Amino acid sequence: MQFNLRTVVPSLIVLAVAVLPLLAPTTQVLLTLALSKGLAVLGVIVLLQAGQVSFGHALFFGVSAYAAAFVGKGFGGGELFSMLAIGVVASLAISVVVGLFVVRYRHIFFGMLNLAVSMIFFSLLEKFYHVTGGSDGLSVARPLFLGIEMEREGFEMVLFYLVLVLALGAAWLTHRFLNSPIGNMMRTIKTNEVRLEYLGVSARNTLLVGYIVSAGLCGLGGALAAVAQGVVTPEYAWWIRSGEFVFIAILGGSGSVGGAFVGSLLYEAVRTYASAFAGDVWQMILGIVLLFVILFAPSGITGLFARLTGRKASPASEEAGQ
Amino acid sequence: MTERVLLEAKGLEIRFGGVVAAQDINIQIHEGHNLAIIGPNGAGKTTFLNICTGYLKPHKGKVFFDGKDVTRLQPRHLVRRGVARAFQIPQLFTEHSVLENLLIAGAAQSRRWSPFRPLHQIPERKAMLHLLDMVKCSHIADRPVSELPEGQRKLVDIAIALALKPKLLFMDEPTSGVASSEKFEVLDIIAEALTEAKVTSVFVEHDMGIVDRFADEVAVWNRGEVLFRGPPDDVLNHPDVIRDVIGEEV
Ligand SMILES: Nc1ncnc2c1ncn2[C@@H]1O[C@H](COP(=O)(O)OP(=O)(O)O)[C@@H](O)[C@H]1O
Ligand SMILES: [Mg+2]
Repeated sequence: MQFNLRTVVPSLIVLAVAVLPLLAPTTQVLLTLALSKGLAVLGVIVLLQAGQVSFGHALFFGVSAYAAAFVGKGFGGGELFSMLAIGVVASLAISVVVGLFVVRYRHIFFGMLNLAVSMIFFSLLEKFYHVTGGSDGLSVARPLFLGIEMEREGFEMVLFYLVLVLALGAAWLTHRFLNSPIGNMMRTIKTNEVRLEYLGVSARNTLLVGYIVSAGLCGLGGALAAVAQGVVTPEYAWWIRSGEFVFIAILGGSGSVGGAFVGSLLYEAVRTYASAFAGDVWQMILGIVLLFVILFAPSGITGLFARLTGRKASPASEEAGQ
Repeated sequence: MTERVLLEAKGLEIRFGGVVAAQDINIQIHEGHNLAIIGPNGAGKTTFLNICTGYLKPHKGKVFFDGKDVTRLQPRHLVRRGVARAFQIPQLFTEHSVLENLLIAGAAQSRRWSPFRPLHQIPERKAMLHLLDMVKCSHIADRPVSELPEGQRKLVDIAIALALKPKLLFMDEPTSGVASSEKFEVLDIIAEALTEAKVTSVFVEHDMGIVDRFADEVAVWNRGEVLFRGPPDDVLNHPDVIRDVIGEEV
């Protein structure tokens, strides 16, 4: 195998993330949450590759989190994998319905329609108190892991490594998808939809495929976050959360699947430690960081890294950040 | 040459506000022919192509392809029946390389899309490389299309259309934007590729030298109407055509 920075650095990051909780146990919950969110950010990145920004993807994060919580409640503790599966299936199902509608629109209309749908869902969560627990949300009891009841510490450890494996697997599969014929067709929606139609391909159906993939990723992240936090609240589906996903995608770099996780880890780290040390200026810090990214590294951190290590950042990533 | 009618337009009419871009257009396109469309700017040539390829719906009239009414079909449906198009302004995927543009077209044509097979490893790759070779673009296969000069973009645009294995290809001003010293060379390449792929073609062209050399038939457009249609020698030497159409071109 070739020894170069482009393969070594990502491997080192994965390794560092994998061993960090062993050295500093307090980081474990933070990393679990960051990686769960990273999965949702990955979903947002899939759509950014088609040139579309969704400001409502927390919808799928929330749908899946609540679905997982209901399963957990309904079966007294529940089984982790069935919670995750039901969560993902629920978000996929909703994404087909919402997707059939929103893929008819582009750009600002696409973004705002997604926002609108997520706000409706958010208000339903608040309103139907008896089912959803209103703004207090629902608690998610610690589920069984493959039928085994675990202590909190052991479970958290298992959950962390599960999230890490799922994040790596999802990143790999998403990468494959984006490089496949259908993934490339989806990316042409950004550059020339007319030509795509003149190839005999329905641009709407192609975007719908991407939309469902992206919702599935958000769903997986949402269900994992629900289990990790032990509680789901309407805040999961809040529009601020959707904006956060977009923010992290731009920060990490929307041109590559790694950007989702690099951005997410960095974001959670800044948020946690800056708010601990610098009180309420953490949002200002993040704002300034984003400003610098947009001005000087529009392809995000991963794009900057690709440029520094000699690979020409793809124009896809350059533009998505602008 | 066979005389089978591949595409037929009957009584096409379309208006944009007060502008009549098509007015009772009746024309047959025969299999195996190369039909040139000439006429002044704004005559409705592109509009005719837009209607025949499903991009615009005529207010009156019908289009038949292979004997079937295709007037209401979307471009993608017509493509799948064998009607492809190259554009006046090349329509390419600007974030992909030349070869990738063709691979996407090849994959679209075959409709076998494994979501996990890399685009670069699709079974159509060999055919697409051959197509690039046919249009003399092998040496730029890995270049981003956004970096190419207009002439090469035109060729890539046409190669994409050919990748769809059409029966009928519409080309809107294939040599516009190409330096006049290169026009014949570009058209030679296209003509050779069309012959090899056995494609019937309709092309809009302003250069009468090109028309004379490459067309079997010429149709003259003016103000949304077909004024004449016939062999190049007859049409290009017709005094009305020289006065109304060719005169303006010079
Ligand atoms: N989509 C459109 N909307 C409004 N007017 C149009 C449209 N397409 C074409 N036209 C008008 O119709 C006329 C014919 O245009 P076009 O078919 O592009 O001519 P040509 O290709 O022969 O130069 C022109 O006057 C043009 O301005
Ligand atoms: Mg025109």
